[in-house]
Amino acid sequence: MKRYRHLGWIVALAVALMVVFGATSYAAAPEQKNLILATTTSTQDTGLLDELLPIFEKQTGYFVKTIAVGSGQAMTMGQKGEADVLLVHSPDAEKKFMTEGFGVNRMLVMHNDFIIIGPASDPAGIKGVKSAVEAFKKIAAAGALFMSRGDNSGTHSKEKGVWKAAGINPEGQKFYQQTGLGMGQTLAVAAEKKAYTLADRGTYLALQKNLGLPILAQGDAILLNIYHVIQVNPAKWPKVNAVGAKAFADFMVAKKTQAFIKTFGVKKYGSPLFFPDAGKKDAELGL
Amino acid sequence: MDIIIEGIKQAVALLFNLDHEVLTITWLSLKVSGTATLISLFIGISCGMTVALTEFPGRRLVISLINTGMGLPPVVVGLFVTVFLWRNGPFGFLEILYTPTAMVIAQAIIATPIVTGISLAAVQHLPKNLRLQILSLGATRLQMVWILAKEARLPLLAAVMAGFGGVISEVGASIMVGGNIKGYSRVLTTATVMETGKGNFDIAMALGIIPLLLSFLINSLLTYIQQREHPR
Repeated sequence: MKRYRHLGWIVALAVALMVVFGATSYAAAPEQKNLILATTTSTQDTGLLDELLPIFEKQTGYFVKTIAVGSGQAMTMGQKGEADVLLVHSPDAEKKFMTEGFGVNRMLVMHNDFIIIGPASDPAGIKGVKSAVEAFKKIAAAGALFMSRGDNSGTHSKEKGVWKAAGINPEGQKFYQQTGLGMGQTLAVAAEKKAYTLADRGTYLALQKNLGLPILAQGDAILLNIYHVIQVNPAKWPKVNAVGAKAFADFMVAKKTQAFIKTFGVKKYGSPLFFPDAGKKDAELGL
Repeated sequence: MDIIIEGIKQAVALLFNLDHEVLTITWLSLKVSGTATLISLFIGISCGMTVALTEFPGRRLVISLINTGMGLPPVVVGLFVTVFLWRNGPFGFLEILYTPTAMVIAQAIIATPIVTGISLAAVQHLPKNLRLQILSLGATRLQMVWILAKEARLPLLAAVMAGFGGVISEVGASIMVGGNIKGYSRVLTTATVMETGKGNFDIAMALGIIPLLLSFLINSLLTYIQQREHPR
């Protein structure tokens, strides 16, 4: 019996410690130090942000909270004022976002491209086809399994754009399946099911080793994958950390950062994952 | 098969090399889930005992609600907590979304009905006459509650284990309200999801094995305390 009286005290002490300890270690940094970055999964899955953010945090003293979701969700967070700055790759949706006044100061950061990958046996025979639209038409005609992200991400909206250009509505068709997952997981599903899919080159290069899905079609101008940084409009949402957002945007287009992006991944994958574009006009990329 | 063996090897390597990042993640998992469990114990045991020991209209409904809550899907809890904690939501002024504090809150909400339900059942299963006996010996109501709690300590420990097991293995709510921020709100389960997304299945497996080991260690300890006495 006595033992348990002690146990009670020990528990009480533990709780008290936890509370004190918890309160100190969980205390959030001053308000303006926190910066919420809503971005796409590709920037996280390639490991780019893991390398860049510590540099930014050290330079500026901000604490960046990266929320890696699809570009669609990232922009919804921006629309609701739940993020301060966006790093996204869904140009058409971005333009809408800007004209509706949710963002300010949209700047070009970098690009890579989308590629069409699929099983080595290539049942739809798209290997070497230059036009992405042609390739999609062939996949549909062959009824070969195609995995879509289906999550309103930048990759998904690009894919929908190509289907539209091909005059095909794949929704509900037998060869067309949607994972609703990020790029990395969708690639894994496609590999497992020996399906075709559209992927951004960065994520593909980073994950290639486990996949066994070769690149079948690439190089079409329609497949360009362009990343912009957008600051959420503080006029709409006064709680937004506008100063921090600007600092991050400026950091992304700074010379040093751009030089870093240029060489990122070269050592590991043999080729860069992204090409820096700061200061260029959209038109120079063929938009 | 390779990936399974590779995963186990990685897990052992990560643990024994005391990889700094893995240690941070593991420590945060323990801290968040431990705090959440403690909170749920306070609320859960007191609510459970109150409901077990009092009569009031609508009591059955309350018990049904508690029992339903035991199966509360973590993602649903995560969604609600996120919406409430949004900057522009009702509790936005707290500015705790995407912090470990938010994770503690979400996990406590998940664990509380589990602890409540089990403590309720534990106290209800004590012989009815025990209460009368204690009171007739001149105990105050508070003393009676304390004695009953001690009598029910074995199932109450089970409530601790179930609550802790539920939250340490939970991922849906943690990733939504914590954001899986590196070095800040990344816990074992959210890191596992992320590494899976990156295609690093071996590291993901390794990170998945650690909470299993942790759960095993903690539950062994609790089971030892629970079973130390002769079973009646």
